[in-house]
Amino acid sequence: MTRAALLVLADGRFPAGGHAHSGGAEAAVKAGRITGAAGLEEFCRGRLHTSGAVSAALAAAAALGVDPVALDGAADARTPSAALRVAARKLGRQLMRAARTTWPHPELDALARQFPKGAHQPVVLGLAARAAGLGPEDAAYCSAYEGVSGPATAVVRLLSLDPFDATGVLARLAPEVDLVVRDAVDAARRAVDLGVDALPAGSAPLLEIGAEAHAAWPVRLFAS
Amino acid sequence: MGARAARRVDGVTVTGAPAGVRSSARIAARGDGRGGTALPVLESEGSFALRRTRAVAAAEARVMLVGAMSGPLGGDHFTVEAHADEGARLHVGSVAATLALPGQAKGEARYDVRLTVADGARLDWLPEQLISAGGSELRVTTRADLAPGARLVLREEQVLGRTGEEPGRLTSRLTVHHAGRPLLDQELACGPGAPGGWDGPAVLAGHRALGQLVVVRPEFGTDRPAAAVLDEAGTAALTPLAGPAVLVTAVAPDALRLRRTLDAALLRLA
Amino acid sequence: MHLDHSHDGPAAVSADAHRPDGTRRALRIGLGGPVGSGKTATVAALCRALRDQLSLAVVTNDIYTREDAEFLLREAVLPPERITAVETGACPHTAIRDDISANLEAVEDLEDDLGPLDLILVESGGDNLTATFSKGLVDAQVFVIDVAGGDDIPRKGGPGVTTADLLVVNKTDLAPYVGSDLARMAADAKEQRGDLPVVLQSLRSEAGVGEVAAWVRARLAAWTA
Repeated sequence: MTRAALLVLADGRFPAGGHAHSGGAEAAVKAGRITGAAGLEEFCRGRLHTSGAVSAALAAAAALGVDPVALDGAADARTPSAALRVAARKLGRQLMRAARTTWPHPELDALARQFPKGAHQPVVLGLAARAAGLGPEDAAYCSAYEGVSGPATAVVRLLSLDPFDATGVLARLAPEVDLVVRDAVDAARRAVDLGVDALPAGSAPLLEIGAEAHAAWPVRLFAS
Repeated sequence: MGARAARRVDGVTVTGAPAGVRSSARIAARGDGRGGTALPVLESEGSFALRRTRAVAAAEARVMLVGAMSGPLGGDHFTVEAHADEGARLHVGSVAATLALPGQAKGEARYDVRLTVADGARLDWLPEQLISAGGSELRVTTRADLAPGARLVLREEQVLGRTGEEPGRLTSRLTVHHAGRPLLDQELACGPGAPGGWDGPAVLAGHRALGQLVVVRPEFGTDRPAAAVLDEAGTAALTPLAGPAVLVTAVAPDALRLRRTLDAALLRLA
Repeated sequence: MHLDHSHDGPAAVSADAHRPDGTRRALRIGLGGPVGSGKTATVAALCRALRDQLSLAVVTNDIYTREDAEFLLREAVLPPERITAVETGACPHTAIRDDISANLEAVEDLEDDLGPLDLILVESGGDNLTATFSKGLVDAQVFVIDVAGGDDIPRKGGPGVTTADLLVVNKTDLAPYVGSDLARMAADAKEQRGDLPVVLQSLRSEAGVGEVAAWVRARLAAWTA
C-alpha cells in the first residue's frame, strides 16, 4: 500500500467524469441561492453534512468490505431524487472504468458485472480505495472532499468567481471535513456488525428538489 | 397538568432530577372478514389517547391520536405503533399539531413511530405538523416496514419554530423498508447545534416548514409517475423512488403553504 | 495514465477495438474545431450521405447541453435514439481529451442499445485551436475550421490543425466575401501537416460533404479490414 495512491484517487484530474457535475450548484446558482463566495461556503457546508456525510460513510463502508450490493441499496434509499440516482450511477460507472484500469482488482470486476450500468459512485469509490490498498478513512476523505470541491469548481465557472475565493472556502471547510470523515468511519464500522441501517441518512431537501428541476432544464452546463 | 405530575411520580426512572414522561399508543388493525376493518388493539398511556372516529370509506377504520397534554418536553419519550395487518385499511390522524417544547428534565425528548403494513393492507398515516419550539430538543424516528403488497400514504411535516421564533433542535429520521429492503432513509437535522449549513442554500435556505409525502403502491412497481417539479418557485418535487413508491419533498415559508402543496400532490397521485 | 488493454468484462477499457461480447465495436470518428466553423452542419451532411449504407450514431458535446443534438434532431438526419448529448460542465475540451469517461459511456450505451454499429461520430463542443480528442475516445479525428475565422488559422497551427487525421476548411463559398485567400490557406495547411490530408469544402456546393464522406468510408474500410 502507498499513501500516495490517495493523491491519485483524490486528484481532481482523475478521469472519472466528475468535471461535468456541479453537485447541485448549478441549480442553486440559477435559483439565486448562491451569488458569491459566502453562499458557496454555506452551500458546501450544508452539502458536506448531509449527502456528503452519507457518501463518505458509504465509501468508508465499501472500503471496509461491507457488501457493496447492500450498500448500493442503502444509497438508493438515501437518494430519493431519481435524477440524483441517475447521476450517482453514471459517475459510479465512469469511476469504475478509471479504477479498474488504474488498480485492477477482482472485487471491482465483480461489482462492474453486478451493475453494468453503474453502482452508486460512493460505493465504487470505496471499493476503488480498497483496490488501491487504501483504508476506510482515505475513502471517506476522498468522498467528503470531492463532495465540496466539485461544487466549488463549478461555481468558479458558473459565476466567474475568483478561484482564490473558492479555494479559501475549501480550506475553511477542512476542519468540518475532518469531523465528517471521523463520523463516517465510525458509522461504517458500526455497519460492519449492524448492517447498512447504521449508516447516516442526512438529507438536503433543496438539493433533492433542485436536482429534479435541473434535470428538466432544456439547457444546462452541468450534468447534475 | 395533573396527568403529567402523576406520571412523574410513578415514572420508571425517577432519581432526583425530574425524569421525562413515557407515553405510548398502540393500534392494530385487521380485516374483519366482512369488507371492513377491525381494531383489536387500541391502547394508550401517558400523554396519548386514541379515539376511533367515523370512517370516510366503508372498508376503513379511522383513528385519531389525541395528545392529552402538550409535549414532548425534554426527557420525554413517546412511542406510537400502528400495525395494519392483512385485509386492514387503517387511517391514522391527529387532532392537533405536536409541539416540542423545552422541559425541566435534562436531555432531548424522543418520539418514535413504528408502522407495519401487511400484504394487501393499507395504512394512511397523516398526522398534523410537528412544531419545534425555541429551546426544545427532540429526536424523532419514524420507521415503516412494508410487506411486498402493502400500501402506504405517509405524511410528515415539520415546522421550525412558532411564529417569529427561532426553532429548537430537531432531528427527524424517516426510514421505510419494503420487502425487507431499504426503500427510503432520510434524516433532517436542524436548529441550534445541528451540523452547519442546515439553513443554507443546499438544505432549507430560510424556509421554516418542510414536509415529505410517501406513497407506496404495488402498481408503482411497473408504472410509477415521472419526476416533476410541483411549483414555479422550485420548492417542491415529486420523484419516483427505487421501488414501488414516490416521494414528494417540499419546503415552504409556513405550515399553511406547505400543507397546500402536499395536499395538491396527494390529489395529483389520486 | 497507462491504458491496459487486457481487461475484459463490462465497461472494458476505452481503446479496446472489441465490445465485451467479442464483436468488433464501431469506428469512432471525432469532429472538433472552433465555434461556428460548421461541425454540426458537417455531421448532419455526413449523416445524410452515409445513413443509407451504414449503421451510424452521433454523440454531441455541447457547451450548452443538447443544442447541437436538437439541431440534428430538428434536421431529422437520424432517428432520435441514434443521437446522444453529453454534458461537459462548461469545459468541452476536458470531456473529449482529459476525462473522456462520459463520452465513452455514451458511445458504449449507443452500441448496447442499438445493436452493432458501423460508425459513431463524436462531435466536440466548439472550442479553441488546441482542443483535440483523446486516442482513448476516437480512432480518428477531423478538425473543422472555416474561411470566415481568418485565413491565417492554418499558418498559426496548433494541435488541431497540425495533427488531426483530416483538416476541413469549411465555407469556401464565403471566401470572396470575407477576404480569405484559399490558396494561401491550402499552402499553409500543407506546410503544417505534411502528408496529412486537407479538404476544402462548401456544404452549399454540389460536391457538399462528398470528399469528407469518402475519407470516412476509407477509414471504415481500413477499420473493418
